[in-house]
Amino acid sequence: MKAYDYEIVIGLEVHVELKTKTKIFCGCSNRFGAEPNTNVCPICSGFPGALPVLNQQVVEYAIRAGLALNCEIASYTKFDSKNYFYPDLPNAYQVSQYDRPICSNGYMDIYVDGKPKRIGINRAHIEEDAGKLVHQGSITETAYSLVDLNRCGVPLLEIVSMPDMRQAAEARQYLEKLRSTMLFAGVSDCKMEEGSLRCDANVSVRPWGEQALGTRVEIKNLNSFRSLEKAIEYEARRQMEALDDGEVLVQETRTWDEEKQVTRSMRSKEEAQDYRYFPNPDLPPLVIPREWVESVARSMPELPQQAQLRLMEKYGLSAYDVSILTSSPEYLAFFDRCVAAFAQPKAVANWMMGELNKFLNQSNLQITECRFSPEHLAELLKMIDEGAVSGKMAKDIFAEMFASGKPAAQIVKEKGLAQISDQDTLIAMIEEVLKANPKVVEDYRGGKQKAAGFLVGQIMKATKGQANPTLVNQLIDKCLSAE
Amino acid sequence: MELFELTVHALQQKLASRQVSSEEIVKSIFARINKVDDKVKAFITLTEEDALNKAREVDNAGQYKGIAGIPLGLKDLFCTPGVNTTCGSKMLADFVPTYASTAFRRLEEQQGILAGKLNMDEFAMGSSTENSSFFATCNPWDLTRVPGGSSGGSAAAVSADEVPFSLGTDTGGSIRQPASFCGVVGMKPTYGRVSRWGVIAFASSLDQVGVISKDVYDNALIMKIIAGHDHLDSTSAALDVPDYTACLDGDIKGLRVAYPQEYFGSGVDAAIKDAIKKALLKYEELGAIVEEVSLPHSEYALPAYYLVAPAEASANLARFDGVRYGYRDNEAENMEAMFSQTRCQGFGDEVKRRIMLGTYALSSGYYDAYYLKALKVRRLIADDFTRVFKDFDIIVAPTTPTTAFKLGKQSGDPLTLYMNDILTVPVNMAGLPGMSIPCGFDQGMPIGMQIIGKAFDEATIYKAAYAYEQSTNFHTMKPALGVE
Repeated sequence: MKAYDYEIVIGLEVHVELKTKTKIFCGCSNRFGAEPNTNVCPICSGFPGALPVLNQQVVEYAIRAGLALNCEIASYTKFDSKNYFYPDLPNAYQVSQYDRPICSNGYMDIYVDGKPKRIGINRAHIEEDAGKLVHQGSITETAYSLVDLNRCGVPLLEIVSMPDMRQAAEARQYLEKLRSTMLFAGVSDCKMEEGSLRCDANVSVRPWGEQALGTRVEIKNLNSFRSLEKAIEYEARRQMEALDDGEVLVQETRTWDEEKQVTRSMRSKEEAQDYRYFPNPDLPPLVIPREWVESVARSMPELPQQAQLRLMEKYGLSAYDVSILTSSPEYLAFFDRCVAAFAQPKAVANWMMGELNKFLNQSNLQITECRFSPEHLAELLKMIDEGAVSGKMAKDIFAEMFASGKPAAQIVKEKGLAQISDQDTLIAMIEEVLKANPKVVEDYRGGKQKAAGFLVGQIMKATKGQANPTLVNQLIDKCLSAE
Repeated sequence: MELFELTVHALQQKLASRQVSSEEIVKSIFARINKVDDKVKAFITLTEEDALNKAREVDNAGQYKGIAGIPLGLKDLFCTPGVNTTCGSKMLADFVPTYASTAFRRLEEQQGILAGKLNMDEFAMGSSTENSSFFATCNPWDLTRVPGGSSGGSAAAVSADEVPFSLGTDTGGSIRQPASFCGVVGMKPTYGRVSRWGVIAFASSLDQVGVISKDVYDNALIMKIIAGHDHLDSTSAALDVPDYTACLDGDIKGLRVAYPQEYFGSGVDAAIKDAIKKALLKYEELGAIVEEVSLPHSEYALPAYYLVAPAEASANLARFDGVRYGYRDNEAENMEAMFSQTRCQGFGDEVKRRIMLGTYALSSGYYDAYYLKALKVRRLIADDFTRVFKDFDIIVAPTTPTTAFKLGKQSGDPLTLYMNDILTVPVNMAGLPGMSIPCGFDQGMPIGMQIIGKAFDEATIYKAAYAYEQSTNFHTMKPALGVE
């Protein structure tokens, strides 16, 4: 069979770290990047006799996230122990939620080729994070490993989608939308590079028309949106080729090798551990009153989905544009403020997605770190619109704005960059040029229309590009035909 | 009487009236320990120097409020900052916590003085204290017999007058059974009454901290100090704690006393049944109404307990992996081997047996048949008690089927050993308060009477126990111990 004879089925399991001040079961700081083993206490490092006390903020964030994903919020939920040995797991069990997740049966809408598609959310549950191991060199050759328990007890929400995605790009869209939804809901900072957003992908393939799902492979170690997309593409292709070769696929966990751009087998289903889930006896079941859920719902800000619909309906922007504009609440706020000051949404969107993103990416900055305000960008766009600066000049001004944070008007003034659109000034300059180039004038009059280009060039040169080129053209025509 | 023989409330009076100093009491206690602990072997760790320093501090301050200046012993699973907390295990032989268990902290806040840490079955698993990684404790009434367990050191030390009172824990009978064997008073309060913070866990849904004392009054007095809500333990109850000593008036007229027929079966020694029947007659004499009842599901408590408790233990004890503290096998060649060799060498046989039982009970495919079924049985047991407590105030039963058995006699036979808990385990499964008080002797060995109460109604148990105690003299009997 050919690749187009198969359908790819993808589901994602996403972990987001909840940005509480303290950890899930103790008072230790939930701050990224501290010195190893400094954010630890007897509770999160699993000392004997220590007991967990649930951080209420974790529950509140989980409710927020669940509501943002259109989930049902359980009125009764509980915590279970997931048992396994590993040096970064101090209690040798992870507190998680097994059969009664706090959130279930939700969905999120994404846009595929401009058309909306609904992706089901199976469940979202609360759990604690483990620590991390620091190896001396590679894991297989290290003489010893160091254990950093700072991350132990960091609260996580694991969000499990339904297997509703059909191509790698959809999975990426889903993850991006999920990220922005969590950012807008204010529950996580979702930084993939810091591990506060992590994603595993379940991938299978099946012949078109087949109802039953194919053998599922879970891919781990997906550290960026790009690696998610690449890994799914690779893995789907690998599975199709294997099936074509008559192989029987095994249910297994594979890891994405970023360097070689391949997935490699970690363990098969047979090697999978028995986690012996059972209700954690140190944490009483959690009853969530409806009033709590309702009050969280009332405090919910505009979410990406609502914002996207608003921008599409109100401004006629494309699904692609709005997905970028709603990538974070700060980015959308920048856009909204800019549009408030300069009511040409498409122009604002183009400049933000074009120049602004280019500069932000180049300097590895966030929108919140941008040195000029949305109103400053609006001012620049207004100057272009009014012809005060040319498009090309505007890009130079923008670069200067980005570097110095100065308003466009000030840059224009300081550098004398204003476009010369004053007719009298231009006519005086044109007359001088005509006088100095009688041969060219003769050529023009003799029918060589192209000769005018040279004259325009002379003016632009003399004004260091500041002359309004459209106006110069018109005026030269006028002067030559007048004589 | 010597100072070491006195109860807490007698010592309080002597301190308050300036007849003695705390230093004299502590010295008396350590003189006693030095004299008898070679025989009894109740203590794993002694904190004599610290205790004397604290006693002098209290004396210098001259304020004897509460239990200020009075020594105490702790089962060696209460975390004590700066003092080894071994849990009776090689695994934690050198473990020194930085934090205090809440129960101990509350005693320390009243300037109670730690005399030392008491022997126990390893990780509180056992009924004889023979499972200690270090040594067996002996019963002060007969040094060839066990003190019971797992809080055997706590009961033996009080019985042998080595401390006026001690704290223990009770998961399936570990306070009541040794109290019964050693002829002292032991109370396991309602689950949730005393904080478990800083108490090394065996089975979290069953473990409960309690008091072992020479008499009922002392027990009520200490319970009032350690009980009450603790924000560090999510399972501790946010309920007010009554003044238990205030209800000790001896008046039990009209008290409704039930005795369950199932607790007087063929497995229980005739002498014990007789002693309890006599006690019931005493209750009638004192004006109580005594009737027989049935607790039909109690017979399933033991098998259900041996699924729930090991299951929880298998998770609670998994943290002892050699990574952060405790014993580690440094010869291991890799991570997996380090885990397994550390645990293989660090844990004793009974602990390993229960970890395996619990791991099996929670395994995929067995969970529903074992663990889940056990939880359902647990509910039925609790329902039985609820039904009886609609018509009765307390339930009276034997604490144990036999008196203290010979050292070494049951150590090779875990199933027989487990049967020791058959009369105490249902109370843990139901989460109820239960107490054991001395009610007679059989061939020189103490017999314990168990009094079970409604949830969070320790007050009525104390009231009933006190009335009985005041009309008998079993609690005043002391083991000879072959010393002057």
